[in-house]
Amino acid sequence: MWVRDLLFFGLGLSGLAALSTGLLSAQRVEPPLEYRAAYQAPALQRALAELNREFQQQWQERQLTPAPRADDLTIARRLSLALTGTIPSFEEIRALEARPADERLHWWVSRLLADRRYADYVAERFARAFVGTEEGPFLIYRRRRFVSWLSDQLQHNTPYDQIVRQLISGTGLWTDSPGVNFLTATVMEDSDGRTDPIRLAARTSRAFLGMRIDCLQCHDDYLGNVVLGSPDSPRDGLQSDFHQLAAFYSQANTSLLGVKDDDQLYQYKYLDAEVEEEVPAIVPFGPELLSAEGTRRQQLARWVTHPQNKPFARASVNRIWALMLGRPLVEPIDDIPLHGEYPPGLETLADGFVDSGYDLQWLIRVIAASDVFQRDSRAAFDVTSEHERHWAIFPLSRLRPEQAAGSLIQASSLKTIDSGAHIIKQVGRFAQQYEFIVRYGDLGEDEFDDRGGTVAQRLLMMNGELTRKRTDHNPLINAASRIALLSPSDEKAIETAYLCVLTRRPTDTERSHFLEAFKQQAARTPSVEDLYWILLNSTEFSWNH
Amino acid sequence: MQIHRSGSCSYDLSGFSTAAVGRGSAAHFHRRSLLTAGAAAGVGWLTSLGEALARAEPQRPTARPRSVIVLWLQGGPSQLETFDPHPGGKIGGDTQAIATSVPGLQIASGLAQTAEQMHSIALVRSVISKEGDHERATYNAKTGHRPDPTLVHPAIGAVLCHQLADEVEIPRHISILGNQWSARGGYLGDRFDAFRTGDPSGPVPDVIPPVKPERFERRLESLFEVVETEFARGRLANLDEQRTLHRTAMRSAVSMMSSEQLKAFDVGQEPQRLRDEFGDTPFGRGVLAAVRLIEAGVRCVEVTLDGWDSHINNHALQTRQTEILDPALAALIRELKRRELFDQTIVICGGEFGRTPRINPAAGRDHWPHGFSVALAGGGIRGGAVIGETAADPKLDKATPLDDVRSPHGIEDIHATVLAALGVNFKQELQTPIGRPMAISHGHVIQELLS
Repeated sequence: MWVRDLLFFGLGLSGLAALSTGLLSAQRVEPPLEYRAAYQAPALQRALAELNREFQQQWQERQLTPAPRADDLTIARRLSLALTGTIPSFEEIRALEARPADERLHWWVSRLLADRRYADYVAERFARAFVGTEEGPFLIYRRRRFVSWLSDQLQHNTPYDQIVRQLISGTGLWTDSPGVNFLTATVMEDSDGRTDPIRLAARTSRAFLGMRIDCLQCHDDYLGNVVLGSPDSPRDGLQSDFHQLAAFYSQANTSLLGVKDDDQLYQYKYLDAEVEEEVPAIVPFGPELLSAEGTRRQQLARWVTHPQNKPFARASVNRIWALMLGRPLVEPIDDIPLHGEYPPGLETLADGFVDSGYDLQWLIRVIAASDVFQRDSRAAFDVTSEHERHWAIFPLSRLRPEQAAGSLIQASSLKTIDSGAHIIKQVGRFAQQYEFIVRYGDLGEDEFDDRGGTVAQRLLMMNGELTRKRTDHNPLINAASRIALLSPSDEKAIETAYLCVLTRRPTDTERSHFLEAFKQQAARTPSVEDLYWILLNSTEFSWNH
Repeated sequence: MQIHRSGSCSYDLSGFSTAAVGRGSAAHFHRRSLLTAGAAAGVGWLTSLGEALARAEPQRPTARPRSVIVLWLQGGPSQLETFDPHPGGKIGGDTQAIATSVPGLQIASGLAQTAEQMHSIALVRSVISKEGDHERATYNAKTGHRPDPTLVHPAIGAVLCHQLADEVEIPRHISILGNQWSARGGYLGDRFDAFRTGDPSGPVPDVIPPVKPERFERRLESLFEVVETEFARGRLANLDEQRTLHRTAMRSAVSMMSSEQLKAFDVGQEPQRLRDEFGDTPFGRGVLAAVRLIEAGVRCVEVTLDGWDSHINNHALQTRQTEILDPALAALIRELKRRELFDQTIVICGGEFGRTPRINPAAGRDHWPHGFSVALAGGGIRGGAVIGETAADPKLDKATPLDDVRSPHGIEDIHATVLAALGVNFKQELQTPIGRPMAISHGHVIQELLS
C-alpha cells in the first residue's frame, strides 16, 4: 500500500513541476510529420472544391443561409472527439494556439492522425460495425486482439480496401492473424467449427456495402425495401440474392490450425421449397466485377473492394462522415440505395476515396477541411431543423458514452492523457472509463442513433463517483485543485477551467458572473470545484457542437 | 378515470427541488420539508414542484387498472417448455405437463408454483407475428407495431405515460435489467423512454449530491441561469424539448434525488422471507422491486429476464430459465393481491417469439413466430382463460404455418386488449414527427380475455 502512495506522491510532485511550467509557458509538442504536402495534392484540392460547391448549391436551392464558420477551438474540439474520443487537453490547446492561424487546423488534424489514440478509438468504432460488441465464442474469438489489429492497420494507414479484403478472405489463427476474428465471431457452438455464412453475409452487406439485404434472409422483398439489379433495370431483392451471397462463405471453417477453406457447398431450403438445394455463389449486383480465381472468399473480397463497386466506397464515406459529424450523410448508416438518389457530397467523396487508393486519412482530411464540417452550430438568424437537416449548421450530437467518460477524465487533467501519459494515469483512465460507460448506457451497435439525454446519465454526471473523484480537492491529481492553487488571478483560473472543460474561453457574461461568485468565497479552491462541476454538467459539455 | 391527451410524465415537471437535498448520507426528504424548502427558496423553478406536490392527492382506488408490469423474456421462450406443453408427441421433447389450479388446464412442469396461480392468469396460446429476428421481433412485441424505417413506435409503457397523467417524483416508466432494446418513447419523444436501472439489490446509485444543499443549489443556479442560457443563444428555439432533453432530464433527476419514493427501488427494505419467495436472482429482485414501484405510483415497469435463445440444448436452457421465472411470477401474483394492487395492475409475461415445434439436430429449438404463448394477469383480465391453441401434432407446412394454430392473434391484439382494459382509447390517432397520424394500436380487443 505504501508503495502506491509513494508512487502517487512522486507523480504528484512531477505533476506540480510540470503544471507550474504548463501554466506559464506553452508546452513543446512534437510537430507531426510532413503534412503540408498531403493538403497540397491536386486531387485533394479538387475534391474539396467540388464538395464545397455541392453544398453551397444545396443551400442556395433550398434558400438556407449557412451558419458562419466556427472558431478554431470549436473545430479542434470536434476533431478530437471524432478522432480520439476525447476533448483536447489544456496542454494541446496551448500548442494549437501557438501555431499560425492559417495552418492551425491542418496541423491539428495531422497531429491527431499520428496519435495512437486515433487508431485505437476509430478501430473500436469500426469493430462495432464489423463484429458487434458481444464477447462471442470462447477461445476462437478474441475481440481485443481484433481491435488492436485494426488499430495497427489504422496507425500504418493501411488502405481500407486491403483491410476489408483481409477480413473477408483471411486465413490462419485468431491470435496470429487477428483479422480472422471477423469470421470466427460467427462460429456457433453446434456448428462444428464452421463460420456462419448467414451472419457473415448480413455483416458484409451492412458494414461493407451499406445495404440492408438481410431481410431477404427469410423471404423475397415485396415492399420495395431492397432494390437490386442494374440502374437500367432495377428489380426487387429475392431471398436467393441473400443466400447466394452467403454461399461465398460456405467454405470457411475453423480447426485448431485456424481458419481455412475446404470445398463445402452451401445448402438452403427456400421459403416455399420442399427440399434443401445447393445454392451457387452469386453476387447480388454487378456480376461483371466478379472474377473466378481463388477461393470463394477471395473472389468475394475482390468483388466487394473492386474500384468500380461504388456501394463499397459510399458505405465507407458514409461511415467516416458519421464518425466526424455525428450523423451519416444517408440515414440509416447502412441503408444506402444502390441506384440513388444521393445527397450532396457522397458521390464526390466516394470517387475521391477510390482514387486516393482507399486512403482513410485522405478522406478525413477532406471532410475536416470542408465548409460543411467547419460551420458553426449556432447562428445570428433563426435556426430551424431544416438548417440542421441540410448541414447549413453543424448538427448537435450527443457524446457517446466513451466520449463523455474520456472527456470528463481529460478535463480533469491539464496534461494530455495519451499513450505518453504516466502509466498510472492510463490504467486509472481505463478502469474508471469502463465503469462509467456501463452506467451511462452503451448504445451497442446503434452507433449513430439520434437520442436525447437521460435521467440516469444526469444522475451519474451530477453525483457519480467519477465526477466526484475528478472535481474534489486533490492538488496532486485534479486540474480543478491545481488551477485554484497555481492561477495568478481569479480571472485566469476561470479562463483555464473553461478551456479545460469546454475548450473555449468564457463569454463576458460568464466571466463577470463567476468573478462575482469567486469573490463571495473566502477560498478559491471550492469556487473552482463548483465551476468545474457546473461546466461538466452543462449541455455544452455533453454534446458535440 | 380521466384521460389527459397530452399528459406528461412526472419527470416533465417544470420545477425541481434543489433546496431540499440532504447532507451527505441520507438525502431523502419528507414532503413537508420539501414544501417548506421550496417556498423558502423563492426561485421560480424551485417552488413549482412544491406546488405540484401540494395539489397531489392520496391515491384513490380506481375501477380500472392503472399500471402495467411487463415480465420481458428476452431471446424467445419456448411455448412448449412454459405455457403450452405437448408432451408425448413428436414435438414435446423431454418436457412434462402438470395440472394447475384451473381444472383441465395444464402447463409445463417447470412452472410448478405458477401452476398454483393459474386461476388468476390468462393465457393466449396462439400469438403470431411476422418477425423472426430478435431485434425486429422485440420491437414488434414491445410496441405492437412492425419496425418501420420512417419512424419509431412507442413501447406500451411510453403510451401509458403519454396518455395518463400522474404526479410522482420518480420516473413513471422504468426498465429493470433492460438491454439496449429496453422500452422507448419512440415518436412520443425520448422523455418517455424507460429509466434504466440494474439489479435492485441496494439503493439507487448516484442520487446523493456531492456537496451540501445550499452549495448544490448555487451550482444549479449558475448552470441554468448563466451557462445554459449562453449555450442556447443562436440555436433551435426549443432546443431542449426538441433535441437535447438536457434540462428536462436534469430537472427530473434533481426531483428524483430528493424523493421519498426512491425507497421503492430498494428491495433490501423487504423482509428476507419475501425476497426468498421471489427467488434470489437479479430477476426475482427486479420483480419484487416492480411491486414496490407500482405501489409508489409508477405506471409501467419492465423487468427483463434474458437468456431464452436455445438454439442448442433447448431443454436444459429452458429449464434453467423457468427455474428463475417460476418463483418470481407466482410470488408477483400473490404479492400484488396481498397489497391490494392486483386489480390496479396488469401483468404481461412473454418474449419476442416462441420456438420451433421441431427439435433441431443440436437438440435445440429455433425461432418461431407462428403460434407462441403470452400470459396475462391482473385488473380486468379473466383469470384461468385460455385463448387459442396450437396443434399437438402439427403439419408444419411452411406455406401455411397458421393451419396449426386455432384462433390466432397478432401481438397488436394483446396491446389493444391491455390498453382497452386500462381505459386508453387506442384507436385515436396521434400526430407523429413525420406528419403522419398514427393510431396508437391497430389491434383488436380479445374480448374473451377480459372479465
